[in-house]
Amino acid sequence: MNQQSSLWSDAWRRLLANKAAVAGGLILLLLIVLAIFAPWIAPHSYSYQNLDLGAQPPSSDFLLGTDTLGRDLFSRILYGARVSLLVGFVATGVALVIGVSWGIVAGYFGGRIDSVMMRIVDVLYGLPFIIFIILLMVIFGRNIWLLFAAIGAVEWLTMARIVRGQVLTIKNQEYVLAAQAMGVTNMQMFRKHIFPNILGPIAVYATLTIPQVMLLEAFLSFLGLGIQPPMSSWGTLIRYGVESMEEYSWLLIYPGLTFTITLFALNFFGDGLRDALDPKISSD
Amino acid sequence: MLQVILKRIAIAIPVILVVASVTFFLVRMAPGGPFDAEKVVPPQVMKNLNAVYNLDAPLIIQYRDYMFNLIQGDFGPSFRYPGRSVTEMIFTGLPVTFELAFYAIIVAMIIGILAGVVAAVKRNTVLDYIPMTIAMIGICMPTFLLGPLLVLYFGIHLEVLPVSGWDSLAGDKILPSITLGAAYAAYIARLSRGGMLETLSQDYIRTARAKGLPEYQVIIKHALQGGLVPVVSFLGPATAGLIGGSFVVETIFQIPGLGRFYVEAAFNRDYTMILGTTIFFSTLIIFFNLLSDIAVLLMNPRARSEA
Repeated sequence: MNQQSSLWSDAWRRLLANKAAVAGGLILLLLIVLAIFAPWIAPHSYSYQNLDLGAQPPSSDFLLGTDTLGRDLFSRILYGARVSLLVGFVATGVALVIGVSWGIVAGYFGGRIDSVMMRIVDVLYGLPFIIFIILLMVIFGRNIWLLFAAIGAVEWLTMARIVRGQVLTIKNQEYVLAAQAMGVTNMQMFRKHIFPNILGPIAVYATLTIPQVMLLEAFLSFLGLGIQPPMSSWGTLIRYGVESMEEYSWLLIYPGLTFTITLFALNFFGDGLRDALDPKISSD
Repeated sequence: MLQVILKRIAIAIPVILVVASVTFFLVRMAPGGPFDAEKVVPPQVMKNLNAVYNLDAPLIIQYRDYMFNLIQGDFGPSFRYPGRSVTEMIFTGLPVTFELAFYAIIVAMIIGILAGVVAAVKRNTVLDYIPMTIAMIGICMPTFLLGPLLVLYFGIHLEVLPVSGWDSLAGDKILPSITLGAAYAAYIARLSRGGMLETLSQDYIRTARAKGLPEYQVIIKHALQGGLVPVVSFLGPATAGLIGGSFVVETIFQIPGLGRFYVEAAFNRDYTMILGTTIFFSTLIIFFNLLSDIAVLLMNPRARSEA
């Protein structure tokens, strides 16, 4: 127990020493708070249309200006954060559940099971999943829950590989062999010995999956195949920004900036977490 | 060696067949027929339509017919554009998409490898930090944002480059190629930096240096081959991303390529077009993955004997 807590506190110290990661983490925290409290923070309604107002450049009244329908852009970005971050976390969660279970089973049982399961992962890796997500969205309607499931179902592959690798290493360590000799059941083995020891890499990779998932969602929303109005994610906002960028460039620039900064923050935080939890693997 | 390649091909073929079958049944599972959106038509017309598009046969027969035609390269008729076949549309759009992807990869390789190799050789100097920071921006900045921003600046603000279109003018190709290539340039820069760093620490590089070879020869003659293996193995999977990127770039710049056709088909629920293009893209990507696997085998003697 002592050993473990010192591992985590070591990692925590290393993380705090990494300025980029700390900055990324703080930006994320701020965004999450803003997203959660959007209804109280937003100065205007995100859906109230004021056609007389039209598109206004940023002013003291409308911090980031308004869109062509007279809606406050700042409020829309705040509400967009809710959708974008929700997709990021939920779809990553789906990917985690599938990837971790797949990786643990393959790595732990090994042999034929492992080679069949990993061969499946290899084959799936080579497929153009963006196309399949679009296909699913077209066939089953543009539903936000389907979007979560579809993105999650795509992003689990790397997670499965990483977890399997970790499990293979842990499996051959003496304490696991000792536990096996004592007749510990498989379920207990997963819970008590394997799972706690792969938490680090899982946390790291999950953090790095979130920006990929958010990109994928924004990509679909940009094409008009993702989040549907009146809900809007950052991808949707960028889509509308592009449509009217010639006259009203702020409609593209601010949502774009917010999105890029968020991805930056997530990537820096994830990289920092990786360096902190596993100093051996450095970024390539 | 030949055996390994044949083994890979032997895996690829059933995968393509499974993908085609799964896609076929998925599309057939879609709620509503392909003609639902149109006006209500008399039952007889509907029946004739279904007969023309072979939708009145039992599903399994439809499947058999579709697969049989597929093997001969016939993807069937388009539901939305009467009189045009999916095959025809694929081969109208494909050359354009290929051209765009080709320029993008060239842009990405030149910028990426140059930046990555310089960063690795000048490790921990300004020449390492600046390119790698830009690469990080390139990875974080999505294509659908970079493209419009470039258009806004070079097309609308400076008015030096066309904002859309795809004609014989060279100017038309610059912004789309950069937009599509940028993210890959960033990845390639990171990969080649990593690969070069690892190679440069190998014994044979030390030997080459000890022989008194000038540094640029050490890099060009000895380090590059090993250092660029990660880049080559990235190029196969990258084609999958390139195709996704082409959806966006072709939409932004209004380029009449396969990517835009696909997005349009998805919007119009042109099921046969979606089905055909999905199968076609999958096959293409599996093929490129195969090519890059083989290229990696050729470049890395150790992987050759292991595989």
